[in-house]
Amino acid sequence: MPTLGSDSRPIIGRGPSLWARLFALGALSVVIMTLDHRQGYLEMARGWLSMLVYPMQSLVDLPFRSAASLRNYFADRERLQRENEQLRGELRVANLQSLRYAALDQENRQLRAIRAASADIQARTAVAEIMRVDIDPRRHRVLLNKGGADGLYKGQAVLDAHGVFGQVTRVNRYTSEAILVTDAEMATPVRVNRTGLRTLAIGSGNFEKLNLPYILSDSDVNEGDLLVTSGLGGIFPPGYPVAVVAKVKRKQGEAFAVIDAKPAARMDHARELLLVWFEPPSADEIKAAPAADSKTAGGRP
Amino acid sequence: MIAQSHASGGRLLFSSLAGLLLAIAPLPAWLAPARPDFLLLLVIYWSLSAPHIAGLLFAWLCGFGIDVLQGPVLGQHALAFLVVGFLTHKRQLQLRIYPVAQQAAAVFVLLLVYQFILFWLDGVVGSPVTSWLRWLPTLTGALAWPLFSASMDTWIRRRY
Repeated sequence: MPTLGSDSRPIIGRGPSLWARLFALGALSVVIMTLDHRQGYLEMARGWLSMLVYPMQSLVDLPFRSAASLRNYFADRERLQRENEQLRGELRVANLQSLRYAALDQENRQLRAIRAASADIQARTAVAEIMRVDIDPRRHRVLLNKGGADGLYKGQAVLDAHGVFGQVTRVNRYTSEAILVTDAEMATPVRVNRTGLRTLAIGSGNFEKLNLPYILSDSDVNEGDLLVTSGLGGIFPPGYPVAVVAKVKRKQGEAFAVIDAKPAARMDHARELLLVWFEPPSADEIKAAPAADSKTAGGRP
Repeated sequence: MIAQSHASGGRLLFSSLAGLLLAIAPLPAWLAPARPDFLLLLVIYWSLSAPHIAGLLFAWLCGFGIDVLQGPVLGQHALAFLVVGFLTHKRQLQLRIYPVAQQAAAVFVLLLVYQFILFWLDGVVGSPVTSWLRWLPTLTGALAWPLFSASMDTWIRRRY
């Protein structure tokens, strides 16, 4: 098609000029961005659009899913036996631990009964799988194969077999998006298991590292200390492992120590995750708790 | 350099769906940051080879597709795609007659504009990604361009 000048539209039936189109569509994008970001008006539209792209996401996920099921189908006897044996062993250990846990739980309940504050341990859980869909390699987010249809809600806690994994940020009908504790925008309220010191664990953008920037130089934190969820913030159920302190650096004259921790959950290996329905303790219960531990860290700056 | 073709709406739709799938297909972790934005390369290619079919609305819709699949906020990639589509349309007469190396260089600049708009909007929205890795797809995209455009040329000239 012979075109003169730098105008690529057909000569007959041209419609609006290139500039006009640029401004119209550009304005539309800005309006959509504002509505989506500032007001969150587009939740509904997001829901519909996510249904539209669900087939594509499933299609991309399909080869991995079918490969896994094929492997299971053709698994040979020997491997199954070996796996069975290993699982049996793990179960034995877990049983032993849970026996101890049961005793502790009993004791804990009695103590709570004495204090007449009964923040019960959550009951309902569900298993979701990570879909093999790349959302954004620069952000630590994953797509789960369960959504609003399964009762998930925004802000829900996500765990894996080893510890706290992340939190649900967006719920679609059949899928949902979760942010990992290692994402640079994520902060998890934690407690040092040994001392009870409360602080925040901030994601670093690295799967192997969490930062603890709000711990004073003179506080009692050592390498190897376990960090568990504190239950503050009402999102994560208290007492689940989040990370293990890997490195403590105290500099002379600095108010805060530089502390790195290694996440307990297997961030880049996990495939099956556990979703937890957790009822945060009511405001009265929080007030009833002793207002000690004034060493608590502040919020995110 | 782009000669007799069988460009049609059907091929446009098919290739853009393939582009969307390529954007979310899982890659090993060490490779994922280098993934070229194939859909954007596709928009540039179509804007050059069939500007009367692939207009600005096409570019915008492709960007919107990426938004729905990956974006932290709707409209972000749509705007970036739109600007790249516009620049391509404005410069298409020059771009079409460039030799391949020069074309790749021009594509590099377009991808840089795209990435910069995303970077800026990330900051506006309040979830900035400051890692240097975010500029890597610009380079890989420009390097992939010669092969990409050649294979698209072959495909587009084939009659079924």
